[in-house]
Amino acid sequence: MEAARRHNVVLSGPPDRRPMVFAHGFGCDQNMWRFVAPEFADDFRVVCFDHAGAGGAHPAAYDPERHASLQGYADDVVALCRELGLEDAVFVGHSVSAMIGVLAHLAAPGLFSQIVMVCPSPRYIDDDDYTGGFAEAEIHELLDSLDSNYLGWSSAMAPVIMGNPDRPQLGHELTASFCRTDPDVARRFARATFLSDHRAELPRVTVPTLVLQCTQDAIAPVAVGEYVARSLPDGRLAMLDASGHCPNLSAPDATVRAMRRFVA
Amino acid sequence: MSERRVAVHPRRPVEEDQAAAAAREASTLFERAPCGFVLTSPDGVIGRVNQTFERWTGHRGSALVGQTRFADLLSVGGRIYYETHLAPLLRMQGSAREIALELVRADGQRLPVLANLELDSGHGRPDTVQIALMDATERRQYERELMLEKTRAEESERRARELARTLQRTLIPPTPAEIPGLDVAAVYRPAGLGDEVGGDFYDVFQVGPGDWIVALGDICGKGVEAAVVSSFVRFTLRASAARLLDPAEILAELNRALLVHESERFATVLVVRLTRSGDAWEVTTGIGGHPLPVLRPAEGPARTFGTPGTLIGAFEGPDLVDSRSRLGPGDSIVLYTDGVTEGRRGRTMYGDERLLRLLDLHRDSAAETAQGLLDDVLDFQDGRPRDDIAVVALRGTS
Repeated sequence: MEAARRHNVVLSGPPDRRPMVFAHGFGCDQNMWRFVAPEFADDFRVVCFDHAGAGGAHPAAYDPERHASLQGYADDVVALCRELGLEDAVFVGHSVSAMIGVLAHLAAPGLFSQIVMVCPSPRYIDDDDYTGGFAEAEIHELLDSLDSNYLGWSSAMAPVIMGNPDRPQLGHELTASFCRTDPDVARRFARATFLSDHRAELPRVTVPTLVLQCTQDAIAPVAVGEYVARSLPDGRLAMLDASGHCPNLSAPDATVRAMRRFVA
Repeated sequence: MSERRVAVHPRRPVEEDQAAAAAREASTLFERAPCGFVLTSPDGVIGRVNQTFERWTGHRGSALVGQTRFADLLSVGGRIYYETHLAPLLRMQGSAREIALELVRADGQRLPVLANLELDSGHGRPDTVQIALMDATERRQYERELMLEKTRAEESERRARELARTLQRTLIPPTPAEIPGLDVAAVYRPAGLGDEVGGDFYDVFQVGPGDWIVALGDICGKGVEAAVVSSFVRFTLRASAARLLDPAEILAELNRALLVHESERFATVLVVRLTRSGDAWEVTTGIGGHPLPVLRPAEGPARTFGTPGTLIGAFEGPDLVDSRSRLGPGDSIVLYTDGVTEGRRGRTMYGDERLLRLLDLHRDSAAETAQGLLDDVLDFQDGRPRDDIAVVALRGTS
């Protein structure tokens, strides 16, 4: 099966324009970009997709072994971009996908000429002189709780999407897949994400990179965004006056404005 | 009486009293309802909590309001779940139901809760997230027990599958023996997903210098009992073949042994004895209720050969006759179980004709013949055979 179908690729915008690839983070799917991606569809060839195990990705796309590390997800991105024949693209990665983008860029340097990281973190666990935002014990508690499956992630507890006439902007196409992940996949993705350490890769990024940082983010605190921007050879930090970990949903206008300035 | 009362208590104050009473009632319900209430801004900063919440958690509302985010009161798993799942859900669809979370109480203890969240928008006031929390301590205990049971069940299923695979390996020799002058190959594919022990078996063993027995059969049924019978049939065949020379006699003895065996299972079995003779092999074949084997000469079309005989383990005094043929260099013999010819696609059977046609096409080594046949039968059934398939191919070499 070709990568585009495996990853539920949705294309929009003029085919002859520069590509912009949107990669969603841990938890949900490409619907995360629904307030941001359309804003670029006039000037860019917009590519949205679902990571293996998420949203509308084909079940066969997921391989427990390959997707045990972020490199597996990065290999998917490279294969997908190659199949679509992309070059000189802007890669936009939310949350863990920022680091997936870095790994894809290092594996295939020609693919992206600019990277936008939305709330990135190369390392979630605190270390001697590094603030990741979580103590090691906390991350292990998280992984244990996922293993014992008693948090909201169990299939029985997974939030169900309902039609909501009060919010017509959601449209009808929003299916029950959003934020609904197979608990085993979520568990392994959490392990791959929260135990990862990709600080060493940051100085090897050779393209201009924009780091979008929320003022209040429980998952990727300001210190982490500053660290990422500082460690990148050509990194710029843009603070968004937003709280939470998903400015693409909570502050789409500010997110779009900062991205426009960067890619102009 | 009523007129006087109207005079003493004018209407408006009565309504006001009722309104005040209703407001008091509403406030009491909010504060002391048997569930915790938390109101937050869309960003998750706590705006108000009720007394039940304070009582359950030991947190003082006054210390939380305007300072603390709801997610900050959750265990780390819940905090990450809130940021990666719940906040997006609230933004996208305005509500989330029955979310299992853990609140961290002021004393550090955990309180399992089920949360319903609703984004209350419009009404001229700022948007508010309303959160209702149900104490889920007992339920969480119950869920943990369920989880343990599920893990245990999965573990025992895994062990059963492992056992089936191990058993299967002992029934099917991994690689047939090396025989000078004879190229031997075998393939085996259990039915369905291959996680159950099947009833097909084969065996290749030596009974003297330049003297070999090849046996292949199908025990009726599947599972552990079929495996036990398979194993019984195999050692009985080996023991009989050490004393008896003719395949028909070996099969007759197997028939007697199976009839006295406590199992009610019967089998179809094919025994071929190959005796070296110059650069060729003398082939004696006994068939007990089994599909006829195929002889494919070096020149000329493939055809079935042998004399059909009675099922083994079902009747006394079975009709079993040996047939004789010759296997020269380049000639091949193919033995197979009915998983091949009775493979079905819809209502169509794979059948003898298709088998012979295919074997005419595959005029190469024993390994390629056996694998080519298996692949074709699997293709025919879209890769999900309903019965076990065993194939043994023999090819004379000079």
